[in-house]
Amino acid sequence: MIKSEYLILVVGMGLVTYIPRWIPLFFLSKRKLPPLIIEWLDLIPAAILSALLLPELITAGSPRHIEIFRPELLAAIPTFLFAVKTKSLGGTVVLGMFLFWLLEKVM
Amino acid sequence: MKHKKMKQENTKENKNTLMQGWAAVWPVCVGYVPIGIAFGVLARKAGLTPLEIGLMSLFVFAGSSQFIAVSMLSAGAAAASIILTTFIVNIRHLLMSSSLAVFLGNSDRKKLSLFAYGVTDESFAINLARFREGGWDLNRSLVVNHIANMAWVASTVIGGYGGQFIPERAFGIGYALVAMFICLLIFQIRGRKHLITAILAGVLSVIFSLIIPGNIYVVLASVLAATLMLAFKRL
Repeated sequence: MIKSEYLILVVGMGLVTYIPRWIPLFFLSKRKLPPLIIEWLDLIPAAILSALLLPELITAGSPRHIEIFRPELLAAIPTFLFAVKTKSLGGTVVLGMFLFWLLEKVM
Repeated sequence: MKHKKMKQENTKENKNTLMQGWAAVWPVCVGYVPIGIAFGVLARKAGLTPLEIGLMSLFVFAGSSQFIAVSMLSAGAAAASIILTTFIVNIRHLLMSSSLAVFLGNSDRKKLSLFAYGVTDESFAINLARFREGGWDLNRSLVVNHIANMAWVASTVIGGYGGQFIPERAFGIGYALVAMFICLLIFQIRGRKHLITAILAGVLSVIFSLIIPGNIYVVLASVLAATLMLAFKRL
């Protein structure tokens, strides 16, 4: 049986996750946004992806510190070039996994 | 006769929607499965049952916050502080939904509410890239979100049952999401302003991640980078 405290926890987590996902879609999609906001939103995806990615590649540990020579970064360079050339998401994922697996073996 | 033909065309269109959604989303599933299994294993070690694991994945559907929740649970944290942390970690989806909303004007609000449930870092980037290319719609993006969701829920439950038999480092699975982000980032860079913003956000994010505990550095760095870029352009 599921304990009620656990149910409260996951429903709470679910709500606070869902609401920020829902508000802009429900309220903004009917409205014409000011051009400045549209321009800002246009920059956000590249910013978020880069902000998620770079610390993964060049920092490690807890508390975090800079660490350059990691298989994460070394595998990222050819993976990046492959992605620029092919624009293939599936191919990039498979190649990245393979390179990382190789580098972890030798490093 | 006419009715039958229309029905046939409808089924054909539905099939197209499914196939195109699948073609867009399968790499996301490749990324989710190993991480979902890893999450299931950890959650099991923290004392959750496979049913409880599945429930969390279904209600929350946000990987990093689930990992954090499980580590907080095993450290004995209170529900309120876990929920607050979840909120902070996932507030970045507000930005993603706002970017997607630009393409979904005048859509059915019930469908939009369903779509909102599946907005993750990965589905967001995939759907946004397709919306930009054109020929994409809410139904196709719903297929993307829900296939990704099924892959996530199923793999976390599988991890809860028997993940200890799968070695964590096999086949470079730990790198799947990183490789995916690399490619998704390239999709987003469509001009010099995106490139500069991305470099700025990456550098800021590294700096913030070193000095600010938790995951809030992603939101801070992206908001600051995009805002600075706009400010530069206006100078």
